[in-house]
Amino acid sequence: MPLFDKKDKSRYATFSRRSLALGGGMAAIFAVLGGRLYQLQIRDGSEYMTEAEDNRINERLLAPPRGRIFDRFGVELANNRRNYRVLLVAEQATDGVEEALDTIGKVIQLTDTQKKRVLAELAQNKKFVPVPVAENLTWEEFSRINLHLPYLPGVQPDVSETRDYPYGPEMVHVLGYVSSVSEQELAHDDDPLMSLPGMRIGKRGIEREFDKQLRGRAGASRVEVNAYGRVIRELGRDPGGPGQDVWLSLDGELQRFADQRLSGESAACVVMDATSGDVLALSSTPGFDPNWFNVGVTGPQWRELATSDYKPLLNKAIAGTYPPGSTFKTAMALAAVDNGMDDLVVGCTGSMRLGDHTFYCDAWRIGGHGHVNLTRGIQVSCDICFYEVARRLGIDKMAEAAHALGLGSPTGIELPGELGGLIPTRAWKMARFGVPWQQGETLVNGIGQGYVLVTPIQLCTLAARLATGKAVSPRLTHQVGASLQSHSLAASLPFSDKAFAMVRQGMGMAVNAPGGTAYGSRILQPGFEMAGKTGTAQVRRITREERQGGLTPQSELPWAQREHALFIAFAPLDNPRYAASIVLEHGGNAHTEPQVQFARDILTFAQKRDTLGRPNAYPPVNAAAAVPVTPGYPIKAAALSKGGAI
Amino acid sequence: MNSRPYAVAKRTLGIFDKLLDVNWGLVLLITIIATVGIAMLYSVAGGHFQPWALSQLSKFLVGLFILVVAASIDVRVWMSLAYPAYGLALLLLVAVDVAGHVGLGAQRWIMLGPLELQPSELMKISLVLALARFLHGKSVEEVSKPLNLGIALVMISIPALFVVIEPNLGTTLIIVMDGVSLLFLAGLSWYWIVPAVSAIVTAIPLAWRFVLHDYQKARVMTFLNPEADALGAGWNITQAKIAIGSGGLSGKGFLQGTQSRLNFLPEKQTDFIWTSLCEEFGFVGAIAMLVLFATVIFYGVQIAMSARSQFARLLSMGITLNFFFYIMINGLMVMGLIPVVGIPMPLLSYGGTAMLTVMFGFGLLMSVHVHRQVEIPRHSGGII
Repeated sequence: MPLFDKKDKSRYATFSRRSLALGGGMAAIFAVLGGRLYQLQIRDGSEYMTEAEDNRINERLLAPPRGRIFDRFGVELANNRRNYRVLLVAEQATDGVEEALDTIGKVIQLTDTQKKRVLAELAQNKKFVPVPVAENLTWEEFSRINLHLPYLPGVQPDVSETRDYPYGPEMVHVLGYVSSVSEQELAHDDDPLMSLPGMRIGKRGIEREFDKQLRGRAGASRVEVNAYGRVIRELGRDPGGPGQDVWLSLDGELQRFADQRLSGESAACVVMDATSGDVLALSSTPGFDPNWFNVGVTGPQWRELATSDYKPLLNKAIAGTYPPGSTFKTAMALAAVDNGMDDLVVGCTGSMRLGDHTFYCDAWRIGGHGHVNLTRGIQVSCDICFYEVARRLGIDKMAEAAHALGLGSPTGIELPGELGGLIPTRAWKMARFGVPWQQGETLVNGIGQGYVLVTPIQLCTLAARLATGKAVSPRLTHQVGASLQSHSLAASLPFSDKAFAMVRQGMGMAVNAPGGTAYGSRILQPGFEMAGKTGTAQVRRITREERQGGLTPQSELPWAQREHALFIAFAPLDNPRYAASIVLEHGGNAHTEPQVQFARDILTFAQKRDTLGRPNAYPPVNAAAAVPVTPGYPIKAAALSKGGAI
Repeated sequence: MNSRPYAVAKRTLGIFDKLLDVNWGLVLLITIIATVGIAMLYSVAGGHFQPWALSQLSKFLVGLFILVVAASIDVRVWMSLAYPAYGLALLLLVAVDVAGHVGLGAQRWIMLGPLELQPSELMKISLVLALARFLHGKSVEEVSKPLNLGIALVMISIPALFVVIEPNLGTTLIIVMDGVSLLFLAGLSWYWIVPAVSAIVTAIPLAWRFVLHDYQKARVMTFLNPEADALGAGWNITQAKIAIGSGGLSGKGFLQGTQSRLNFLPEKQTDFIWTSLCEEFGFVGAIAMLVLFATVIFYGVQIAMSARSQFARLLSMGITLNFFFYIMINGLMVMGLIPVVGIPMPLLSYGGTAMLTVMFGFGLLMSVHVHRQVEIPRHSGGII
């Protein structure tokens, strides 16, 4: 057989042909690979670069320190306390986490529940995530941990910040408190800070009203992470903006005094600068310790707060609505003078008939007050006199006067949850009940009973407006950060000076003239004398049988059926600077008038301390550095992580 | 190329002549590629020689030795060893199913002393050897005879079957493609090719239902829509594409590949080494590497074309194609053009068996080159 023949040649030709064909195929595949590289790296390169950056760069939010809250003299009412805590990192606990917890337990106190919680949290997180073991340690405990650190693998001592209210319950209704973010709040606020673990936001009071400013702007730390989320290094840091401090018009000492004075009662008290409307004290008792909510309220604590008859969760000063009782007569008297009743004299026999109804005066047992003019009507709080005033004014003029004096609508105080109360009119009753107004109702409302409802802060506003004759409105904040709170100047009121003078005279007599309803609790110290008007709000109707059978003394009634005791006042008498209002729930006592005693003590304290005379400590206002009211959030987690390459 | 006189080249080449005749240009190319690979392994280890780069370097050096030894052995000796090699590889393949241990959900390794051996890698070269040996004696007409074709197909299917049950879809694919291309090159009639291709096309849906494992189906599904499961099974493809794409024109720079360094790339040192290269050296670097690969293949085709025996031609073309199929499948896979099948990038990916078999393949190629003037009669079976 020959070594090579035609067949060899033919298959060599075939081989060459087909090799070239395969070579062409290979070249085509190489072109595909090259084309794909072009597509991925050149055409879509920048997109993939962004995705790679997204992969490796994480935004870690940094919580800015929350703004502090100061009183007018620079006393810190809410600040941030160092929270000494111990963290445990599972992967560094070389002896195992349970062993580590046991060792920690030998250094500081650890309960079994705490241990269980830590173990559960450790199980939920990745091994390199630090989990808090114990918080709010004392400096001593913290030092002990640091001392034993060499024998505590995986344990990290850490200092974080937590909100602290040094005065606890005494300021709670003004300051409010902070607590953890609820799911609902999370859904309605796109501030990246909201999703920060351990984030606390304002829930009530100033903390809530100025939450955005107090909160500050989220800082961010850009870190490089690997595929498992472990931080490799920090690439950059934006410290964020610390929260702005809020400066209140409050006098912390006066506030504390008022709160202590009212303690044990279910009561509210507001003291303000009669000329400027600066609220100096705003107390509602009982209160509760706002620090509870920061660390978490326990079940029993919450049940007690929520079910107590004394309603400790309610800020009665702004959200408690009460019939003003006889304090309302001041407003009626003011309107009466300007409606031609300046020389009105009413003969009081203790009762008065209108239609088939008999209306009584407090003095009915002693046969009435006799001849009563407006000032004396205020002094002795004669109902008959003001029935007559009301009858002549008519409900709509009464309502007009009450509104002009700040009653029946929210005052606009910088606190959340303020209620408006109610000043009835014909139109209101028709809309509300579908029945026309009755003249009898005019009389009842004329002495502050019936439908009329006001809040203690409205009563204080009334007192300030009576004292100054100006449309003073209450205000609680002086400045936020470096920017002044804007407050409109008090306008004048649609009443004559003569009317104001007469009412002030009546109020002066009510306190300082014998026979006045508050005479027994007047301020004796010369120069500090106050003027005022007492009030009693019935919480139940007194029947004719009761009236004839003799009234049950208030002190013998069940607490919840006793009358509310009210008082509005201003001091000093000649040149009023302080206005005050007090509502004592179910605290009625015609003999001792305890609410007047409270007012006496509080106003005496304020004048002795000279709250308005001493220099305040507000920081300088820098107009250029004024911070906008709504803080901007230049750091949006999503927006930043899309940012350019480092 | 080399233009040594025919007389010198004939039969009596001494070992020194042979070494001189080795295509050192090709060896240099291979060395450059392997060096880039070792550098990439150094990079994906975060700038450390451990655990991969150093080990790969030693394997490459062993491979280089194997290459030179294989090159200097007469191509006819290889021809004689073709069938025994095939038989041995088949035995090892069976042993994998018996004694092999499970790695990454697939039985692919067998421990041979200290060496972790992947018989399926050996099988590719052995099959090319054996088929070249078988087809060497067949004329164009004989190749298309049912008996011969049947024998050839059995030679392909037996190892393919053992590899597919390991299971290792990628290698099965390469074995089948190696075998079929050799039949094609040996002159298989179009009367066989056209119906076969049609049959395969119709068989794909059937294979989907009855042959493929769930994880293989999942890979295909993931490939078709990686974004649907970007954090699960689609992770590999998505992250690989991000790595490649983010390299851009000039890359992030050596040791600067964030995707691989931060572990976003799975199996970055083996199947996905190409993505790290694309990330760090960009379009320019990747294209340069493709050009290097293409040049190696060009050398291979040229060596095949200039060989004077059908065995040598088929062997060298088969080895070149085998090398190409690695690149093709791995490249298409990591760039998201075909489903993920476990195939390494030759010379770049970390892995001992692949490196050694690829280098051994190049040794055979070089042997063909050195002995390109050797003529082997159609009915010869080698010289042993």
